[in-house]
Amino acid sequence: MSNPILLVENLEKRYDDVHAVRGVSFSVEQGEVFGLLGPNGAGKTSTIEVLEGLRVADGGRVSVCGYDPVKNPTELKHEIGAALQSTSLPDKIRVNEALRLFASFYKRRRSPDELLKRFGLEEKRNAFYSQLSGGQKQRLALAIAIVNDPKVLFLDEPTAGLDPQVRREIYDIIEELKSQKKTIVLTTHYIEEAERLCDRVAIVDHGKVIAMGTPRELKQSSANTTRVEVRLAKPASEGRMKTLDGVADAREVDGGYVLHCQRTAPAIVSLVKHLEAEGNELVSLEIATPSLEDVFIELTGRRLRD
Amino acid sequence: MTNLVTLTRVRMQLALRNKMFFFFSVIMPLGFFFLYAGVFAKGYPRAVSFFLGPVLALNVMGSFWGLSATLVMFREQGILRRFHVAPVSSSDMLASSVLANFVLTLPTVVVILLLARFVFHVHNLGNLVSAAFFVCVGTVAFGSLGLVVASITNTMQETQVLNQLLWLPLIFLSGATMPLAYLPKMVQGFAVFLPATYLVTGLQQATFSSKPIHELFVYFFALVFWAILSFFVASQLFRWEPETKIPRNAKLWAAATILPFILLGIWEHGNGKMLMEAQAAYRAISSPDNGATQETPKN
Repeated sequence: MSNPILLVENLEKRYDDVHAVRGVSFSVEQGEVFGLLGPNGAGKTSTIEVLEGLRVADGGRVSVCGYDPVKNPTELKHEIGAALQSTSLPDKIRVNEALRLFASFYKRRRSPDELLKRFGLEEKRNAFYSQLSGGQKQRLALAIAIVNDPKVLFLDEPTAGLDPQVRREIYDIIEELKSQKKTIVLTTHYIEEAERLCDRVAIVDHGKVIAMGTPRELKQSSANTTRVEVRLAKPASEGRMKTLDGVADAREVDGGYVLHCQRTAPAIVSLVKHLEAEGNELVSLEIATPSLEDVFIELTGRRLRD
Repeated sequence: MTNLVTLTRVRMQLALRNKMFFFFSVIMPLGFFFLYAGVFAKGYPRAVSFFLGPVLALNVMGSFWGLSATLVMFREQGILRRFHVAPVSSSDMLASSVLANFVLTLPTVVVILLLARFVFHVHNLGNLVSAAFFVCVGTVAFGSLGLVVASITNTMQETQVLNQLLWLPLIFLSGATMPLAYLPKMVQGFAVFLPATYLVTGLQQATFSSKPIHELFVYFFALVFWAILSFFVASQLFRWEPETKIPRNAKLWAAATILPFILLGIWEHGNGKMLMEAQAAYRAISSPDNGATQETPKN
């Protein structure tokens, strides 16, 4: 924790009347995969776009690879790679041309042919960008992001909008980069992505970091919240279950119910009493270890994907 | 510098794969040429030569359509931001637009000259050096105008509306469609404030009246100055992000690009040389011995 490659101190970003980032601070060590986890509109993209030099901060201090994105934008851009959100390439550019074009901008570059092979785009090398599937476009975006062998790689929602199979492909690619000790900063609103890929996670909500640590540390900190999954003989009211003693949140999932309990034992007692009174029956009950989703619910009282 | 070269090359490849580019840069200018040479000039070589200037001017001016539309589309689709996160500067982006357009416009110009020479038998193509100067400066100047349009509009729709609003006066009031001398006095009075008029007249004086460039330097330098000013304004107003607002003073900046022609127009009004030259050229083809069967102008 001595020599961070990326440093953010009290970052502020405003758009007209929206205060998107409110004093975010964190640092990332070399070789670390750092995740910003939070719902849409939490300020993750704004934060990462300031680090990439795409937006100018309204306050705070930022340093990436020792460079200030405002003072040394060109030097910074030679050292970083990025897969952006809401971006595109010209429809009529060929895969091979796009990769070579971006490679030509950098002092340090990797072989485009090797990248095409590694990202499974060799057969598509002469295809137009508009002819690629969503997964292929994202793989090309990742290939372009590492074409300069960057010191820090930014991935903004790398799997948003992709189907589960393609998402796993992208995870494999990111895990491979991770095994090569690349420094990666990624944003996501997928719990499993953060848990699976990140060494450390900052949970972001309403422009602030509300918790930070390794996924394990975060889950341990919420050990006083347990997830209880129950199946009932007859449907019950979600709203009524939320008001049970010891229950923080309750929702219906796949015909069963998931209760987030601050105090597990009293919650189960009151649940059973409630069911008895309603003439309902407990079919199954399972106590699960908390996930990052539970951590988020505990901290904000809301679910991540609402 | 290498960024500029590779970007220009890729932009040219992309343009050649684009149907809109073909329409505005190849089909439309050639269409105008055949309309003017075949219908208006009825194929008479001397009359075809008279219309060569306006046709080349239309070809050169068409630049701003494609340039503005491409840049706005690149911004709207988030293509520009992808370049922004790489070490690419805004001047790389803008200059490659102008340069790619420049290289791609030249072949049509050459084709039109060859058609005039070998299909319509125009044996004297005039002073081609002067014409080359005007084609070059015109392509860069009107390309830069396209970049200014892209910088002061937010959506493709706005861009196309503004393009139409510019295109119509530029082609109808400048002598590019109707000969300047044939236009009503009031329109002529307005025409001297349009950059297009100087391009049309310059090209016509070069090809039809065989004027050397030093006799046309006022028109030429007015266009050079305008090209530099437009490019400068476009680079000041350049936006990478689709949601970045147009700065409040942007429209003022854009309006500043017409300044040189307001000054030149006022000077022309006192001097009146351009209109006289245009009339002289017009009389040269409309008199019966030259074969063209145009009406004699009323003034």
